[in-house]
Amino acid sequence: MKKLEAIVRPHLMDAVKNALQEVGVVGMTVTEVKGFGRQKGHTETYRGSEYKVEFLPKVKIEVALPDELVDQAVEAVLKTAATGKFGDGKVFVSSLEEVVRIRTGERGDAAL
Amino acid sequence: MDLAQTKVALDTLWVVVAACLVFFMNAGFAMLETGLCQAKNAVNILAKNFIVFAVSSIAFWVIGFGLMFGDGTSLVGLSGFMLGGADNSPATGDAYQGVFASLNWTGVPLAAKFFFQLVFAGTAATIVSGVVAERIKFLSFILFSFFLVALIYPVGGHWAWGGGWLGTAGFKDFAGSTVVHSVGGWAALTGVMILGPRIGKYSSTGKVQPIPGHNMSFATLGTLILWLGWFGFNPGSTMAADVAAITTVALNTNMAAAGGCLAATAVAWIVLGKPDLSMILNGTLAGLVAITAPCAFVSLGSSVIIGLLAGVLVVFAVLFFDRVKLDDPVGALSVHLVNGAFGTLAVGLFATDGGLFTGGGFALTLTQIKGIVAVGAFTAVASAVVWYALKVTIGIRVTPEEEREGLDTGEHGMEAYPGFTAAPSGALQMSKA
Repeated sequence: MKKLEAIVRPHLMDAVKNALQEVGVVGMTVTEVKGFGRQKGHTETYRGSEYKVEFLPKVKIEVALPDELVDQAVEAVLKTAATGKFGDGKVFVSSLEEVVRIRTGERGDAAL
Repeated sequence: MDLAQTKVALDTLWVVVAACLVFFMNAGFAMLETGLCQAKNAVNILAKNFIVFAVSSIAFWVIGFGLMFGDGTSLVGLSGFMLGGADNSPATGDAYQGVFASLNWTGVPLAAKFFFQLVFAGTAATIVSGVVAERIKFLSFILFSFFLVALIYPVGGHWAWGGGWLGTAGFKDFAGSTVVHSVGGWAALTGVMILGPRIGKYSSTGKVQPIPGHNMSFATLGTLILWLGWFGFNPGSTMAADVAAITTVALNTNMAAAGGCLAATAVAWIVLGKPDLSMILNGTLAGLVAITAPCAFVSLGSSVIIGLLAGVLVVFAVLFFDRVKLDDPVGALSVHLVNGAFGTLAVGLFATDGGLFTGGGFALTLTQIKGIVAVGAFTAVASAVVWYALKVTIGIRVTPEEEREGLDTGEHGMEAYPGFTAAPSGALQMSKA
């Protein structure tokens, strides 16, 4: 089992969600987050003075999925979340030790 | 009803409707100022804008109106406090008998005169609120507002409108570019000089660090309400349902607002790179403030020019005040002080009767300058005395801790948006340059 965390542009969240569902992902958790990468945010102006906005709004999509779906899921995110410009975000994939469905107590793949 | 009674009825109706429009400007100021300040201070700014009209109502009734319009010397009115004394309004001219001879030109009941003048006094006090926002103590603001409306505003007003020496000298300020707007501006200027800038507005190297307002929708709504209110402010100052005058004044007022709006947009776009909405809003108000004195004395074309010049002035004034560390979160100094003075001067330049540019020579312009300087000097000195007295007694500034946390919880123990974690500007959103 793997956990996939995709940090994407907020306006592309729906497209990413649909693409993940198409490859067989059945559930996800979405969080509004803020952060920066190598560009360290951007500058805005207010009444003639520039200021730096370091933490830009993004959406984090978290998905737990069986190993065989990982490649397709990453591909789905790349296809829908990439614009080619700075600020497209990142995908993190990590191993997942255990999953438990709270209602039934099922564990492992059965709980996904 | 005979013709005379009908005229009184129509005039009174117009004055009261206009006064209601001006009263609604309180909503405009509340929205504008709240929008241009931070979410953590929204309750405080709303509370100040709300309570200031109540304070003004009492202060103007007890002292202010008598000091401003009561019979007295050429410096102050000395009668008619608490609306007492003889008065046979709506009689006008020589038929008038009473202690408010300076208002004998308008044929409406005394209550209408007072109500209309009261909403003007309230406006002057409201101007102060935005400039000193986000760091002034609530109680100190209330007390200052009382003294401003009771004692300071009426003196300049008496000079210009209440039978005082400026009016006698030919000074012209139709609806109060100087009497209302500049007075509010001067009072605010001295306040901000004594208060100092908000924490975080300037870096340790003195660089301007903007503190963006939290709701541009509020600011825009507020400005539109103010624009609407001005159709009571200026045309209502005829204090009579004089069809030619009120329509001319209404149109001049609108054209100057349009000029100010467009000029500020253009200047912001060219000079700052983008058409900053807060500058567009300030530009519109600058045009309105500037046309307030001349609206009944100039042509439609001159009104547009006055508005355009006001829109240019306001953008550079905002940049100037920021640079000299007079931290005005809402731009009210640039709008009301700078353009109040400019509008008063514009009477001398553009008046169809006696204006410098219309072949009338320098005389009127000189009188206007005299008025700007005299009222400005008195208001600045008197305000400074009150601010300083408040500073050494109850204090005028909240503690640095309270300022960082926000005045909503500090002064009022509540939040404007409970349940939302607002990203505090300066902490999460912006870097500390």
